Parts: sequence; structure tokens; C-alpha cells
Amino acid sequence: MKKLNYRLVLFALALIFALSVLLSGKRPTLGLDLQGGLHMLLGVKTDVAIKSRAKSIATNVAYFLDNEDIYYANLAIKDTSISFEILDKDDELQTKALIQENLGDAVETKENGLNFELIMTEQEKLNTKENAINQAVDTIRNRLDQFGLAEPTVAKQGSDKILVEVPGIKTQEDEQRIRDLIAKAAHLQLMAVDEARNTRVTTMSPEEASSFGDVILYDAKTKEPYLLREVPILDGSMLTDAKVGYDNNNNPSINFTLNGQGAKIFGDFSGKNRGKRMAIVLDDKIYSAPVIKERIGAGRGQITGAFTDEEAHDVAIALRSGALLAPVEVMEKRSVGPSLGADSIRASMFALIFGFVAVIAFMILYYSAAGLIANVALIVNLLLIVAVMALFGATLTLPGMAGIVLTVGMAVDANVIISERIRELLKEGKSITKAIEDGYSNAFSAIWDANITTLIAAVALYVYGTGSVKGFALTMSIGILASMLTAILGTHGIYEYFLPKINKNRLKFWFGIKG
Amino acid sequence: MEFFKRTDPIAFMSQSMRFGVLSLILVVASWVIVAIQGLNYGIDFAGGTLIQVKYEGKAPLKEVRSLINGSEQFNGAQVNYFGSENEIVIRTKTSSKVVGDDVSDEAKKVLSSSGNFEIRRVDMVGPKIGSELREKGLMAMLFAIIGILAYVSFRFEWRFGLASVLALVHDVSITLGILSLARVEINLDILAALLTLLGYSLNDTIIVFDRIREGLGKLKNLELTDIIDTSVTLTLSRTTLTSLTTFFVVLSLYLFGGEIIKGFSFTLLVGIIVGTYSSIFIASPLLIWLKLSAREYQAREAKKLQREKEKERMRAMYEKGTL
Repeated sequence: MKKLNYRLVLFALALIFALSVLLSGKRPTLGLDLQGGLHMLLGVKTDVAIKSRAKSIATNVAYFLDNEDIYYANLAIKDTSISFEILDKDDELQTKALIQENLGDAVETKENGLNFELIMTEQEKLNTKENAINQAVDTIRNRLDQFGLAEPTVAKQGSDKILVEVPGIKTQEDEQRIRDLIAKAAHLQLMAVDEARNTRVTTMSPEEASSFGDVILYDAKTKEPYLLREVPILDGSMLTDAKVGYDNNNNPSINFTLNGQGAKIFGDFSGKNRGKRMAIVLDDKIYSAPVIKERIGAGRGQITGAFTDEEAHDVAIALRSGALLAPVEVMEKRSVGPSLGADSIRASMFALIFGFVAVIAFMILYYSAAGLIANVALIVNLLLIVAVMALFGATLTLPGMAGIVLTVGMAVDANVIISERIRELLKEGKSITKAIEDGYSNAFSAIWDANITTLIAAVALYVYGTGSVKGFALTMSIGILASMLTAILGTHGIYEYFLPKINKNRLKFWFGIKG
Repeated sequence: MEFFKRTDPIAFMSQSMRFGVLSLILVVASWVIVAIQGLNYGIDFAGGTLIQVKYEGKAPLKEVRSLINGSEQFNGAQVNYFGSENEIVIRTKTSSKVVGDDVSDEAKKVLSSSGNFEIRRVDMVGPKIGSELREKGLMAMLFAIIGILAYVSFRFEWRFGLASVLALVHDVSITLGILSLARVEINLDILAALLTLLGYSLNDTIIVFDRIREGLGKLKNLELTDIIDTSVTLTLSRTTLTSLTTFFVVLSLYLFGGEIIKGFSFTLLVGIIVGTYSSIFIASPLLIWLKLSAREYQAREAKKLQREKEKERMRAMYEKGTL
């Protein structure tokens, strides 16, 4: 019985695999440099997140003290510590218990008589940083998903960076909108106007305001200054929904809904402060400061003023997907227009085809049938690279294309080595069968060692490379591995198949040398 | 077809001193050039902003330069043609951290009077990322070299490992020297090209070393220089052929692959020439200079073989139950 030509079977299986993947319509994803798009590496200003965490601790303190009817004064924030004074000695124990219950390990408490000082612990700062980054990743992803673009990528990179990739941006205006959407802090705060001192706001310095526990903010449209209590009544973290709507004058507005806790705080505050004003502040700009006429219980509010339809749409998305705990800043940005990507594809395809034809022609000219066999392996190798990338959803970048072109040059190397060995053995007078068998086994160690070392370089590049360079390392690695299958196993199988037909008198035809 | 019909060994090693001196001069000269001239770091490593603009028709380079230098944010920027006369790139050393800032919009405003154009690419790298990428690039190089040294030492012998790494240092040094001389902009893709060249040049070296390893085992009565001459001669055909095919492919990439990967393919072209040269003329003599001894190597291999045979014998005895 004839021995099974397992090499040829494996080679055929590889070919069937590649073809079935490609015929099913799967293709590798094109990198941003080939299809156009926006790539950004963002840093997170975590120190801001820590400051705003201190603020939210202060809000929390005000809330639980109010809730238990404990009277306090001079609630203030300095860097990462919150201080206040309780007015009744009898409340001391309960205050301590409340701090422990609500804040736990987040703060270290120092007491001096009835003065309390809450200092954020290092662990809490670390958690806040970590939280700010993770939250920024989630928030930006949410926003981009809701914006309605195809497959944006948002991922944490390293310990403190965020990678954002948005393919398929058509115009510069769209890109600008996307970047604005990403950068929007969307920090909504409801703040009380300090009615007692507000009349003096035009002459007050920020330092003086701060000494009262106040802050000066400006109206978004009229730029009129307001003096507001620094600790907000509540903030956007208690928001459950935000939608675009229209106000009485038919201008676009954003209607928001608060969660249960938010609604309660809002209701209590409005109940107690009738006749006073409350400012709706978005990203440190005041959108309106209506006078409270009655208790507002349903937990609904409206942001009006200075919006176009598009802005209202984007702000609503930003509010829905949550505020950024900390602002982000650009560390790296690459944007490629679609026309440049198309040019790059055209140019690299042309180079690929040209190089490919040159190599194929050369191999046939130099090695005759042996060259043809090597070429078959080369074609299958190319198909395999593309199929494997398509199957695993890998990204094909411009350097990746260069990697494929380079693989074409290097993949025939194995066949050159093998063919040279076979020629050598034939000249020594070995039989065809022996020359092929020994040719392969002698050449194997060289091909193996050479490929492994190239693979080491490719892996180094993949591990330490970024972006499109990673794509290059990937295609190189896949190309090397695939070439082991096609150039060594595949061609060997083909020789085995033709072995009965290879005639010592026709060495010129088979191996391109004189018999 | 056959280019190399000669089968008697060519006496490469008798000339090795000359090539050694030539290479030494080239390497030292490259270091001097890099030290004096420096490398032309692109924005990937130095940080900054790059704007690629394509005009309908010929780009008015002079006008663009005066507009750019007259503007506040792009003052001091370099403006050059890019690939064709229709396209230009504007390079500045500055970058903006603000997500909402739109560099291409600003550029559009500044250039608005210079004709019909399209902004095709804006790359901006902050200074922190630039230095981080540089660090990572060096790490990749280091990691690759250590990995290769370890692997080759394991598969061959430490002298082979060291020789191949020295040959690599030789290749990278000379290539960097030429890059510095040609003022090629060093970006991430150049780093990729350098690492590819590491792998490629090593490929060549390993093929030759593999033959030497084989020769050491087979040609027991020859001197090391003769073994090396024989091995290099036998692999000469392959080394040249593979270098040629790769060279042609990279040449097509250089000529037709577009302006963006020109630097990449140029680096590879240089690297293939230097790498092929070093595999033939430098890597092998290094074995002699590192005092590789054919006799010692053979003795060690013989011992290894003997140990393995002994082990096998023991195992056979054990399986038979005689031990």
C-alpha cells in the first residue's frame, strides 16, 4: 500500500482553511492609517479627581449632618482635607459615628474640641486615581458608543493612559465634535447662591470668596458673576437620565432626572430655601439661576440657554454617560484623512504585487520546476497570513503591509536553502529520492534557527512597539510561522507527490541544473 | 540557471584582516557621525506636531513658509515637500494637550489664502510620550539582542552567540551612521526597520553558522579557517540569492510604496547590503578572533554524544531489567 503523504495533506488543509476563511467574506480590519480616522492617547489629570473627591466628601458630610439635624458651621475644603465645627457638644459622639459609618477608611479624623478635620487617606487617594482612570475609560466608551460611530476602541493603556481609536471619520467637523465630546467634563452641579454676600460679588476676589466657603462662577451667556456656596447641593453623580427637550421659548434644552437620593436632597433643599436662588452649573459655567418658588419633589430639572441642537444632543450624551471625574489631556494624537489612507493602500498594494511578481519570475527562472513549487508555497503563505489575521480580527496597518511585502522576500528563503542543498547533493551523485530527503533534513536546522531568531526580534517589537508598529510585528510573526508550514512541509509534500515522475535525465527541468 | 558553479572553497579567511579593518573603520566612523551629527528624531521620539497638506496642483512652498512663519502658533515650523510637489508637510516642535484644540482647523485658517488644499494627516506627540517611546524602542532592541544571544548560545556555543551579536552591533551601527548622514527622520517605523534588519542579518549569519557547525562535525581533519571557507563558499549562493530577492522586494517598496514608508524601506535597503556583507565577511572571522577551536568543539561534541549514548545504554539496560 502507498504511504500516506501527510505533508501534502497538511498543506492542502492549510490551503482549504485559508480559502474558506477568505471566501466566507472575513477580512482583516484595516488600521487607522489605511482607512483614515482618529487615534489618541489620553492622560488623566488625577490630581483634579482627588480634589473633586474631597469636594464630594464635603457634600456627603453636609448631607448626613443635615439629615440627623446636627448643627454645624464653617464647612470648608482645603486641598484634601475637610473641616467643620459642630455647634452642640452633645452631638459629638453621633458625629463621630456618622463619619465612621459614611466615610469609613476614606478619611482620617482629627478632633480639636468641636472642630473636626477629615483628611483623605493615601489609600483613598490611590483608589480615587484608579477609579478616575477606569471611570474615564467607561465614560468615554459610553459617549462614543452613543454618538453612533462604527466600532470605536477605548482601552486603558499602561497604568494611567487611555487609548482612543475612532475609525471612519469623514470630515474635520465630525472629528472636532468627537474630540469635544470626549473632552467634555459634563460635571453637573446644583449650587446655592450665597444671597447674603452676592451683592458684593463684583468687587470680591476669589481668595476672599474662598474664605467664606464660596466660589465665584460666571453665567455661560451673559458672563455675569455669581457668588455660590462651594460645596454643591448635589452633583451629576445622582443623575439617572438626560434628554434633549425644548424650553418655553422653543430653544433646545436638556431635561434631567435625579435618582431617589438626589430627588430627596433636591426636595429638602428647595423646601427649606424658598425665595432664594439655586444655580445650575455645568462644567463651571452657570446656565441658569432660578429663584426657588416651592419645594421641588419630583427630582427633575432643566438646563436651558446657550445651546444649539447639536450641542444639546452632545451634552445630553455626556451627562447620560456620566461626568469625567478628572479632565483628560492629549498625550498623542494622530489623525489620518480617508483619502490618504486610500493612497497608502494603493501604493503598498502596488509594491506588494510588483515585488511578488519579481520574486515569482526569478524563482522560476533560477530553479525551474523547483521554483514553481516554491511559488505555490509562497502564494499559500500569503493567503494564510491574510486568513489568520481575518480570523482573529487582527488589524492590518501600513507597516503591516510592509511586513507582508517583506515576508514575500524572506519566505522564499527557506526554499532557496532547500533547493541549494538538493542541487549540491545531486551534484555529489546522490539519487533523486536521497537528495530530496537529505536536502530537507540538512536544511531544516538552518531554517529553524534562522526563523526562531527572526521571531525573537518580531516578538520584541510586538511587546515594546505601539500602534501600527505592532501590526508590522504581527504580520511578520504570522508570516514566519506560516512559512514553516508552507515552505518546508508544503513543498516537501509536493516533491513526494511528484517523486515517481522526477527523472534523473530531466534535472534541468526539475531543478534548473544540468544533469 | 546557476550563478555560482564553483565548488572549491574560496579563501575568504585569508582576507579577513582586511575586512575586519574596513568594518572597524566603518563602525567607528558611524559612531563619530552619530555623535557629531546626531540622529534626526522625528515627532514620534522628539515630540511635536506634523501636518500633511495636499494641494490641488503644485504647492506654493514659499507662500506657505511665509504664512506659517507669520502665524503665532506655527512660528518656527519647518515646511517641506512630501513625496511630490503637490504635497507638503509642516513640522513643529510644539504640541497641545487640550483635547478640544484643533490643529488642523488652525492650520486651515493660516493657510486659507494659499489655494485649494486638503489636510490629510495630523500627528501630534507630546514630549512625555516621545521620551517614553524612545525608552521602549531601546528596550525592544535590548530585549531582541539578549534573546538572540541566549538562543544562539544555547543552539550553538557562546562564541557563536557573541559573534552573531557583534555582527548585529556592526550592522546597526553602520546603518545608523548612514541614516544620520542622510538625515533620515527617525520615527517608530525606522525602529521597526532596524529590528527587522536585526532579524534579517541574523538569518544570514545563522545559515552560515549552521554550515560551520555541520562542517565542524563532518570535516574532522580540516583546520577551522578551511572549514569556515568551505561553509561560506557553500552558502554563498543562498546568501546572495535570498539577499537579492529581498532587496528587490524592498526596492519595489521604496520606489512604489508611497512617501510614508520611504524611510522604512530606505533603512531596510541599507540594512540588507550591510547585513549580507557582515554575514559573509565579518561574522565568520569573528569566530576565529574569539578563539573558537575546532578541536575543542569537536571534543565537546564527542563527549556530549558519548554521554547521550551512555544514557541510552543505561535506559536500555534498565528497560531490559539488567540494571
